[in-house]
Amino acid sequence: MEKTGAQIFVDSLMEQGVETIFGYPGGNVIQIYDALYDADINHILTRHEQGAAHAADGYARASGRPGVCLATSGPGATNLVTGIATAYMDSVPLVAFTGQVSSALLGRDSFQEADITGITMPITKHNYIVKDISELARVVKEAFYIATTGRPGPVLVDILSDVAAARTSQEDCGPVNLPGYRPVTEPDPEQLNRAARAIARAERPVIYAGGGVVSAGAHNELRLLAELILAPVATTLMGLGGFPGDHPLALGMLGMHGSKYANFAVNECDVLIAVGVRFADRGTGKRDLFARDAVIIHIDIDPAEIGKNVEVDIPVIGDVKKVLAGLIERLEKKLPGAWQEKIQKWKKEYPITYEENGRLKPQQVIREIFKVTNGKARITTDVGQHQMFTAQHYTFTRPRTFISSGGLGTMGFGLPAAIGVQVACPDEIVFDIAGDGSFQMNVQELATAVNYQLPIKVAIMDNGYLGMVRQWQELFYNRRYSYTELINPDFVKLAEAYGAVGMRVTTPDEVASALQEALDIPQPVVIDFVIEREENVFPMVPPGAPLNKMLG
Amino acid sequence: MRHTLAVLVENNPGVLARVAGLFSRRGYNIDSLAVGRTDNPAISRMTIVVEGDDRVLEQVTKQLHKLIDVIKISDITADEYVDRELVLIKVSAEPEKRGEIMQIADIFRARIVDLGRRTMILECTGNEGKIRAFEESLKPYGIKELVRTGKIAMLRGSRYTNINTNGAREDE
Repeated sequence: MEKTGAQIFVDSLMEQGVETIFGYPGGNVIQIYDALYDADINHILTRHEQGAAHAADGYARASGRPGVCLATSGPGATNLVTGIATAYMDSVPLVAFTGQVSSALLGRDSFQEADITGITMPITKHNYIVKDISELARVVKEAFYIATTGRPGPVLVDILSDVAAARTSQEDCGPVNLPGYRPVTEPDPEQLNRAARAIARAERPVIYAGGGVVSAGAHNELRLLAELILAPVATTLMGLGGFPGDHPLALGMLGMHGSKYANFAVNECDVLIAVGVRFADRGTGKRDLFARDAVIIHIDIDPAEIGKNVEVDIPVIGDVKKVLAGLIERLEKKLPGAWQEKIQKWKKEYPITYEENGRLKPQQVIREIFKVTNGKARITTDVGQHQMFTAQHYTFTRPRTFISSGGLGTMGFGLPAAIGVQVACPDEIVFDIAGDGSFQMNVQELATAVNYQLPIKVAIMDNGYLGMVRQWQELFYNRRYSYTELINPDFVKLAEAYGAVGMRVTTPDEVASALQEALDIPQPVVIDFVIEREENVFPMVPPGAPLNKMLG
Repeated sequence: MRHTLAVLVENNPGVLARVAGLFSRRGYNIDSLAVGRTDNPAISRMTIVVEGDDRVLEQVTKQLHKLIDVIKISDITADEYVDRELVLIKVSAEPEKRGEIMQIADIFRARIVDLGRRTMILECTGNEGKIRAFEESLKPYGIKELVRTGKIAMLRGSRYTNINTNGAREDE
């Protein structure tokens, strides 16, 4: 039977088990949209292609399944770029499809033409341009395979509009043949033995866990290993939830806005077990002083991460879950000693806290969100002070419950990501904790939430500033607040204009009841928390300083 | 230190851009890059000369490996290999100078591939040192135009870099 390229596209998605795609139509994907009209695939129409990419990303982070987004050529495709780069930096499995002008127009600077494969080369794991219908099914198959295996990442497939319209009776798409792509998942026993010997000898071990633990589904193995060797666990921003934040061995986040005890522990450890991390500068502080007395064991599925940022003593390449299981097999139970005592002492001495002074503080709001949801919400954030407050003051106990742009630091991520999360987890509470600045970067997606009746709750930490930049200006630029003050719209009215429910909270004693009220409303709700304007995120490791030199 | 890498890649459109783009955005220095297809039309081979210490080389190799189109990378720097470049030089050659230039060509086993009224084009192959010496000896006559291919290299003896070998190299 003859099929069009668009039908092959839709069939290929079905074959991959894709249930939902996030997209925005346009001239050069109109054929594909025509095929989607009859397809058994849920399509979410966002209000901007960037929203579609972040929503697909949020869907993937929450569910562990690949997120799929679709946009037209030219501006549609370039609007995906920030979302693709966000997914790339955080190793999120995302498959982005874009329409392209027809072959007769390709390369002529035609209407709505952009070289999106060229543009996205540095921010995708791989990308394709499909110029022949005979390649389409194979490319879609390969794209999903590449996005989801090894170190996950975004893959872009650019489809010429005449390929979508062409017809073929060819059934078989041909085998996936990628001779240059062979991710190593099975760890080498010798590497495992070396790592196990170093851990067995350790007197002051620390585990440094990142997003790789979450994406590999290795949280149980991580907990078992930590309990076996009694190693305290510090996580990166991306690793939050990969280890239960309420566990006695939990150190919370390390790095620039990490806890003092996490940073002290990493600074003084003798063996650092780095699991699924890439030693990003926000986590390590001054690199050459990072864990400088420690034997560093680096566990990662991507060999290119070994030695990229810090020198590693013992690398273990492989799937994090398998590596951790291999280590557990090789190690014996340890007994608590002076190191564990010291950690507990630090935890008592330097708790993550904030000053209550009768005014509305973001930390209180975040702690209250934890309380009213029993810690069971899925939290998305934007980027800035509110993000760091969330990382510090909300206790994440389960993987895939903290969904935030780590590596790229994308303002405007939270709301569209929350849409993707709510679609992936329809029965769960989804909270987007936003800043007043970043909320406005993709505020149009409120319309999407209302359109699909997604009962997302948005908590805006509204201080009328680009808070994090203002904090840096206060601390390092002599309080010269250069263009960081915001004149905002009335967020309550704005929410209402979009058909959502708007609320405003200005005092500490209204917080709990407002949150409860918002939870009881089965619609999108925006709560404008008018917070203390010049609250700062502490502790803070100043940029370029070692981890044990913290402010606050 | 300069390293010579033999890199097998899938002969897909854009593969050169992927490789070259990787070098520029990661801040590595390419000295030369030559590319052409192998006996298997689906596979191209790049010879990449890159400047850097061992740490840089390790990262270059690992990052190159991450590219889906890159099948295999061998650093052949430490091995015995044959390397060649091809150069075409158009040099001023007034009739009275032609004899001298032809003598130089002879010494370098270069060939004269074009003769104009006032110019000649010479073709020469050899390793980098020879090409440099050839260029130097023609400079006094006035080089009008010069084009070099970049280095290509192949291991000596029975060892080879080939898609079917598992490690970097294999003895027969």
